[in-house]
Amino acid sequence: MINSGDTAWILMSTALVMLMTAPGLAFFYGGLVRRKNVLATMMQSFFVLCLISIQWILWGYSLSFGPDKGHIIGSLAWCGLKGVTMAPNPAYSSTIPHLLFMVYQMMFAVITPGLITGAFAERMKFSAYAIFTLLWATLVYDPVCHWVWGAGGWLRNMGALDFAGGTVVHVTSGISALVCALVLGKRRGFGHEPMPPHNLPLTILGASLLWFGWFGFNAGSALGSTELAVWAFIATNTAAAAAALTWMFIEWKMTGKPTILGGATGAVAGLVAITPASGFVSPLSAILIGIAVGFVCYTSVAVIKLKLAYDDSLDAFGVHGVGGTLGALLTGLFAQKLINPAGNNGLFFGNPGLLGTQLIGVAAVMAYSIAVTFILLKIVDAIVGLRVPDEEEVVGLDITQHEESAYTLLD
Amino acid sequence: MKLIIAIIQPHKLEDILSELDEKEIHLKTVSNALGCGRQKGRTEIYRGKKEIGNLLKKVRLEIAVNDNYLESAISAIVKGARTGNIGDGKIFVTDLADCIRIRTGEKGSQAIG
Repeated sequence: MINSGDTAWILMSTALVMLMTAPGLAFFYGGLVRRKNVLATMMQSFFVLCLISIQWILWGYSLSFGPDKGHIIGSLAWCGLKGVTMAPNPAYSSTIPHLLFMVYQMMFAVITPGLITGAFAERMKFSAYAIFTLLWATLVYDPVCHWVWGAGGWLRNMGALDFAGGTVVHVTSGISALVCALVLGKRRGFGHEPMPPHNLPLTILGASLLWFGWFGFNAGSALGSTELAVWAFIATNTAAAAAALTWMFIEWKMTGKPTILGGATGAVAGLVAITPASGFVSPLSAILIGIAVGFVCYTSVAVIKLKLAYDDSLDAFGVHGVGGTLGALLTGLFAQKLINPAGNNGLFFGNPGLLGTQLIGVAAVMAYSIAVTFILLKIVDAIVGLRVPDEEEVVGLDITQHEESAYTLLD
Repeated sequence: MKLIIAIIQPHKLEDILSELDEKEIHLKTVSNALGCGRQKGRTEIYRGKKEIGNLLKKVRLEIAVNDNYLESAISAIVKGARTGNIGDGKIFVTDLADCIRIRTGEKGSQAIG
């Protein structure tokens, strides 16, 4: 039975999640790179929106949510949306059209490969990016999405909780981002040339749009205009604010000045960490999750990354991989049935078993993502080469990959 | 004829211009510039990562003068620009081969004033 209130909210949420990729992510990452690479970086977000929108309709949705095959993948029965109609599919939601569920999920499939682009920014060949993204969405995102959310998926059957995609979206993209950073190698001059962000106002605009869109991401994952959506909405905003404050205060203490880039990064880390938990935790738990992720992600980005000296250029792993993993584990601590009867209690509410389930989920998704991402990168490298030539990297990707410039010298 | 090129702290520009006005030196060109001296630029911190070697914002002031105005122009710039701290800047003076006022075609000392 279709409910018009639920349908209205999920239509709205779909548009909000779309906004996270372009302009949200495009501006967030675009401002962080050097001026010669801003268009190429924004292009990666814009392009993934177009590419995966089509992939999802042709085969992505069927692989992710289609009829189960051995608990690991959907069948190809729903390719081209065959059999996906206006009638609700009760396995996913009984009050909105199945087609609406499909397009809402499309926007999650779109943003996930987009997040990885932060790891190989400023040096990846565009053709390699396009091929890698299509393969990665099909062979990493779609199967993992099926495990966790698809009817019959093995992690869903096991009771792993992932309200809005902490594991499906952030752990997959974050850990794959680390593999990309390691396989592609550092940018030329990394470590001895300054590479400051070229336009922080763009980044702040992008981060704020991400925060705004995240209400659709998390509160929309209630799949209805319900009390649960309200809980998720509040948890989302609360964790973002707590993590941003935490990050800025750590900076104030450690480097002498709070920065707005730190605030924006902290907010995104908070949003990442609350994603799996948002439909299961109270506002006070959300504050604690925000504070925890602020500390952990700051350490990963400002201490551990510098010690290990890998070039995760825009911190896709440091924020999404680390924050997503932490969020999935903290869900195992802070979840409570009082908020969501369909969920479970975590360790702090008398059920230590959930933490183990969450751990298995994260570990399996990480192992799978690392292995497949590594193989895909090797394949793409053999076909077209992953990196642009050195001289093109110096000139910049805007000119060499797209023959455009963001900023002219005169006028 | 001399060409004076001064690289100065941006926040001292107003002081220098008023000193120059007092000496009745009104014709000049001002532009934004980046540069550094012995402090080797400034350190900025992004997400905990120190970026060393970012050039400092400076202002570049160019004044062409007849020889008899040289000393008063230099003293005005020094008076306006000096704080006693590192980074106050430098003044370069070179001989000027010629000067042409485009509107009238005047040349040399006449064209400068």
